[in-house]
Amino acid sequence: MGRRIDSDHSRFREIVRGRIKQDLKKYVSSGEMIGKQGDKYVSIPIPQIQLPKFRFGKNPKGGVGQGEGEPGKPVDGEGEAEGQAGEDEGQHVIEVDVSLEELAAILGEELELPRIEPKGKKNITSLGGSWKGIRSVGPQSLRHFRRTYRQALKRQIASGLYDPDNPVIIPVREDQRYKSRKEEQIPQANAVILYMMDVSGSMGREQKEMVRIEAFWIDTWLRSQYKNIEVQYIVHDAVAHLVDQHTFFHLRESGGTKISSAYELCLRLMRDKYNSQEWNVYPFHFSDGDNWSSRDTEYCVDLLKNAILPHCNQFCYGQVKSAYGSGQFKKDLDQAFPNDERIVTSDILDRDGILPSIKEFLGKGA
Amino acid sequence: MGNLTPELARYAEEIRELAAGYGLDFYETIFELVDWDELNMVAAYGGFPKRYPHWRFGMEFEQLQKSYTYGLSKIYELVINNDPCYAYLMRSNSMTDQKLVMAHVYGHCDFFKNNAWFAHTNRKMMDAMANHGARVRRYMDQYGVDTVEDFIDCVLSLDNLIDIHSPYIRRAEPKAEEENPEPPRLKAKDYMDRYINPPEVLAAEERQRREEQAKKQRFPSEPAKDVLLFLLHNAPLQRWQQDVLAMLREEAYYFAPQAMTKIMNEGWAVYWHSTMMCKDLVEPAEVIDYCDHHSGTLATSPGQINPYKIGVELFRDIEDRWNRGKFGLEFQRIENEEERRRYNKNLGLGKEKIFQVRKVYNDVTFIDEYLNAEFAEEQKLFVYGFNQQTRRYEIVDRDYRKVKAQLLWSLTNFGQPRISVVDANYRNRAELYLYHDWSGVDLQFQQARETLTNLQKLWGRPVHIETKEEGEGRLLSYDGEEFSVTELSPAEEPPEVVGQEQEERVKTRKLP
Repeated sequence: MGRRIDSDHSRFREIVRGRIKQDLKKYVSSGEMIGKQGDKYVSIPIPQIQLPKFRFGKNPKGGVGQGEGEPGKPVDGEGEAEGQAGEDEGQHVIEVDVSLEELAAILGEELELPRIEPKGKKNITSLGGSWKGIRSVGPQSLRHFRRTYRQALKRQIASGLYDPDNPVIIPVREDQRYKSRKEEQIPQANAVILYMMDVSGSMGREQKEMVRIEAFWIDTWLRSQYKNIEVQYIVHDAVAHLVDQHTFFHLRESGGTKISSAYELCLRLMRDKYNSQEWNVYPFHFSDGDNWSSRDTEYCVDLLKNAILPHCNQFCYGQVKSAYGSGQFKKDLDQAFPNDERIVTSDILDRDGILPSIKEFLGKGA
Repeated sequence: MGNLTPELARYAEEIRELAAGYGLDFYETIFELVDWDELNMVAAYGGFPKRYPHWRFGMEFEQLQKSYTYGLSKIYELVINNDPCYAYLMRSNSMTDQKLVMAHVYGHCDFFKNNAWFAHTNRKMMDAMANHGARVRRYMDQYGVDTVEDFIDCVLSLDNLIDIHSPYIRRAEPKAEEENPEPPRLKAKDYMDRYINPPEVLAAEERQRREEQAKKQRFPSEPAKDVLLFLLHNAPLQRWQQDVLAMLREEAYYFAPQAMTKIMNEGWAVYWHSTMMCKDLVEPAEVIDYCDHHSGTLATSPGQINPYKIGVELFRDIEDRWNRGKFGLEFQRIENEEERRRYNKNLGLGKEKIFQVRKVYNDVTFIDEYLNAEFAEEQKLFVYGFNQQTRRYEIVDRDYRKVKAQLLWSLTNFGQPRISVVDANYRNRAELYLYHDWSGVDLQFQQARETLTNLQKLWGRPVHIETKEEGEGRLLSYDGEEFSVTELSPAEEPPEVVGQEQEERVKTRKLP
């Protein structure tokens, strides 16, 4: 019997995903998916739709609590910003310990990301396996004595044949258990992520933070899809450098912007180290969209078209909104590659724009 | 009786007899043993497995599933006010927990049956809800799922606008007065007429009569607190819409007493599970598990009140006071603290008293009547508020009068803003005018806006709500296309401020 709740639940999911009843979409609050990145703690998003009501807002009168302390002592545990004493309302952001694998699964589920089709069959190798399985048939030489005994014991207890004073266990045919070999498919596809970031003067701290968050989630997802993944970081203003992760996120440069410098470096890496025959290559470029000159932009387009795109799975360009950026570069790219599936561009207006942009980048499963 | 295992059935019977022996009085109680996801499903439906289809239940379900899966919370008990009472037990719970839950459930069942505020709830709600489900499904087949669901969404956004006291009293109905054009005159001889029917009195009567008439022309003549009922009678709805609105209103009234007695109901159930567990049910090996679970239920956190804790402590306090005779004038007159503490006349009236309390009180009257200085001190209650400088919530005061005032405020009208229809023909254009009886806390404005649009969908004509924003009068209006806010000048607003009034009332209740 299909449960009633399942149809209600799928209807709710459809609303959250914006497929039906668009007018309710605006009431969806998604909690803070990107709360804490540090180590392995994050907050689990619990999407909610709160129907509007005449209800009390922020209560300047406060509420009633219970416990020790003199007047003036802060009421910890987030003395609810809304609602009154004893009410269960409020934000449902709950911190839970989850592994990165689970996190990736959640991300995949929330954003409906397709699993990535690895390039070619050669990338999946069956690596033998191990003697971890148990079967109920097999040769006597592989009999698992302990499991057989346990099975017999269970059967005798269940059927009331077991007598603790006279503990005789006699296995019958159905109790026999045998070791078996479990074959494992281990993906052998290698992938490399090449992050490029514009660190010119116009990229402020907030812009970098947005890039950092986005990069974290992209990393998490791609890592769940590939066994071996390498990450390279490139920063550029007028010149490009290969840097480590810390520097990538913390460097503050100033000066002009020459995007082609980063693309050149990216291309050099792809040629020297990450041959597209063996690697799945994912270049990501984040910038505020201000390039030094239109001539350089033309050169960038040329590099992409003839050198980078043929050798990578997908090229992603994320344009972070900043106060100074003109955002011209994205327009230029869109113009140059109107219907090219290999290149994805996305606008990231603010932090809320991060998730949709990840979806745009990874939603194709390339 | 349900689908209990033989062992559980034995305990259920034992606990039922125990509870009856303690004087609890309940409808037959049926326990169902369910898996965690079934329990989450039933809980998502508010306890009624057969309800009308709505995405909101799916949302509840997802939240419960997620928080159970990640080990954040699980539901222990779920009991339905119905005759017979239905209660659900989670299959995976330990036997200690099952016993505790069953004892707890009998507490709730007794409360449902005997508390006066539940007296008017439908005891066949299981069936009623299933019927509602069937009707809504039929309308969905007939008019389309989206149409019906959109309408339900609109109504749900207004379903807190009910008159929670109306089941218990009869609101003054406008008297049908005979029309007499002339003010009544006493019979008098001509020369005495001036003295017996003085013209100024007649004029005053005439004025009053006119006012009355003006009032009668207003519609509704008295503010309608039951906004849903008002819409049901007066909004231009189709038959199926009226039916759906009536059903949802009925459900809102069914659930309202549970919100009105949360503290008492939980306190009463905790009182009985702890009594039965400690005196009769716990095996020596189960003591630790029981204590762990019990203290978890009663845990306090500084930011909010735990209704289980406050409820049970207050019941115990009342029992103790009436056992010792700590009430009445003689006791009130004692000023020496030590003497007050030791006071004991061995009256032994405690049990009788708490049974009486569970019968006639609701949370507001319960707190108002029995929360006193000693109790507030013992329970370490405090009022907290937002400190603008530190940007944090901080303890403000431990004065029990303030604690009480704050607590009462938050319980008033089951924690919902008090809103009524004052004029359904505003500006003589059939516009609907609601009045929010502001008591110190603003409405959430964004939501108020959205709610107005939903209201407008039902009413058809422009709708307004008068409220206040930080003490300044505001009229929010929505005409179907545009939303507007008008500032009201102070003269237009009624002088009554409820928050203060309440505080006053508490202040005068000082001990002599």
